Amino acid sequence: MIELVDVCISQGAFKLDNICLNIADGEYVVLMGKTGCGKSTIIESICGLRKIDKGRIILNNVDVTLLAPAKRNIGYVPQDGALFATMTVSENIGFALDIRNVAIDVKKQAVFKIAEEMSISHLLDRGVTKLSGGERQRVALARALIFNPNILLLDEPLSALDSETYLEISKILKQVTQINQVTVLHISHNFNDQIHLSNRILKLEAGALTNIA
Amino acid sequence: MSYYPPRQSTIFLSDKVFVWGLSIILASYLFFIIALIGYDIFYMIDGSAGNGNPILNALSQPEIRYSIILSLLSCSLTAFLSLGVAIPIGYILARYSFKGKNLLDAILDIPIVLPPLVIGISLLIMFQFPPFSTPFAHYLPVDKLFGMESFNELVVYQIPAVILAQFFVAAAFAIRTMKATFEHINPRCEQVALSLGCNRLQAFSRVVLPESASGIVTAWTLAWARSLGEFGPLLVFAGATRGKTEVLSTTVFLELSVGNLETAVAVSLIMIISAISVLIVARLWGNDSGALL
Repeated sequence: MIELVDVCISQGAFKLDNICLNIADGEYVVLMGKTGCGKSTIIESICGLRKIDKGRIILNNVDVTLLAPAKRNIGYVPQDGALFATMTVSENIGFALDIRNVAIDVKKQAVFKIAEEMSISHLLDRGVTKLSGGERQRVALARALIFNPNILLLDEPLSALDSETYLEISKILKQVTQINQVTVLHISHNFNDQIHLSNRILKLEAGALTNIA
Repeated sequence: MSYYPPRQSTIFLSDKVFVWGLSIILASYLFFIIALIGYDIFYMIDGSAGNGNPILNALSQPEIRYSIILSLLSCSLTAFLSLGVAIPIGYILARYSFKGKNLLDAILDIPIVLPPLVIGISLLIMFQFPPFSTPFAHYLPVDKLFGMESFNELVVYQIPAVILAQFFVAAAFAIRTMKATFEHINPRCEQVALSLGCNRLQAFSRVVLPESASGIVTAWTLAWARSLGEFGPLLVFAGATRGKTEVLSTTVFLELSVGNLETAVAVSLIMIISAISVLIVARLWGNDSGALL
């Protein structure tokens, strides 16, 4: 569950005032709005990557407003995937488990399992610099989901993919989020995302969030 | 099937002139660099007829062997110390916005723009004042450190002065390099690392530092090369005492001052060989492909 209560965020001349949002457990919400209207700012604030001036952020009935990103248990996938260039696919995917000092055997099994689900098990030993756009996004998704977060925040992860790859990944995304009962907030301009993936569509316009479908 | 005659070339004369102009400038500058080193070698070979190899002759002198060892050690230590300040400062400048950042940035450039002799004199003057001139006994439970009573005695005209004078300028260049390196690394990667469970130190050490490896090697090389060529501040702040604070640049000066041009050129060539060797190793190591060319 994601709840924003009267959240105010400002950076220079840019301002978002009194943003309220309520996403139920397991819900898949697509957030749309014009470029530069503050969609990514909202996601970054929920992640804890951007300070908010006022208000409260509540995740799964816990007020996390003052918590560090590491303590929020959120999977985050930015538009470019932001893969760690010096690591292999396997190291990228297992990164969150490495940080949590999970035993090597358990980590290997978990990495292989999620790589199978994402159809990237054949890429595990490769570096990430030469992966295609679709492969990169699958790795980024696997990396964000491996530690079983309750919440997944997606910042236009499918926007740069060709239609075939888009269909494959959106199918995987839908399956994985449904099986694991993950609450998803997905920024997208794509009509297909809004139709095929979401339970609800929100629009951010002139600093206000409105339900449009 | 219709026949389409080939279109006439549309490469303009001005394009050719432009490319040729650029190539001539590149070739002239390249010739300048190669000639600079080439004539040194020619001069040494030409003047050494019958007198043996001037480099081997220079190496046979214990003072010059001492200055080579001191140069290599002090330059390497200075380069590591420079990285020690350049990595954190470069990271702050690249990642954080704060009031007075532009002023801080400008202050950090002062060692680059100061005339070398002024740096030496300023260091010398700084060490005449507290806390450097204050005896250790005033703030430490001991009267002497390494047989000296204050930082002034411990540093000025001693080996630490060599390292400090080299560090003052080399660190500024290393900071510039590390700042540019961190600016080129996608900050999103750090943000993702934070969301995956890292604290800031873990995100920095596990994600940012490995990605900046080639920049670190470049910064180290630049700091090392700057230190090797440092002369003015060393002469004033560390002196040029043979067998004590003499490094390769001061050796060249000392040999020239007594009219020993052959040895000065031979030592210069030793410096050139050292600098080029470090450059080659750094390029091989810092390059992802491991290719020099």
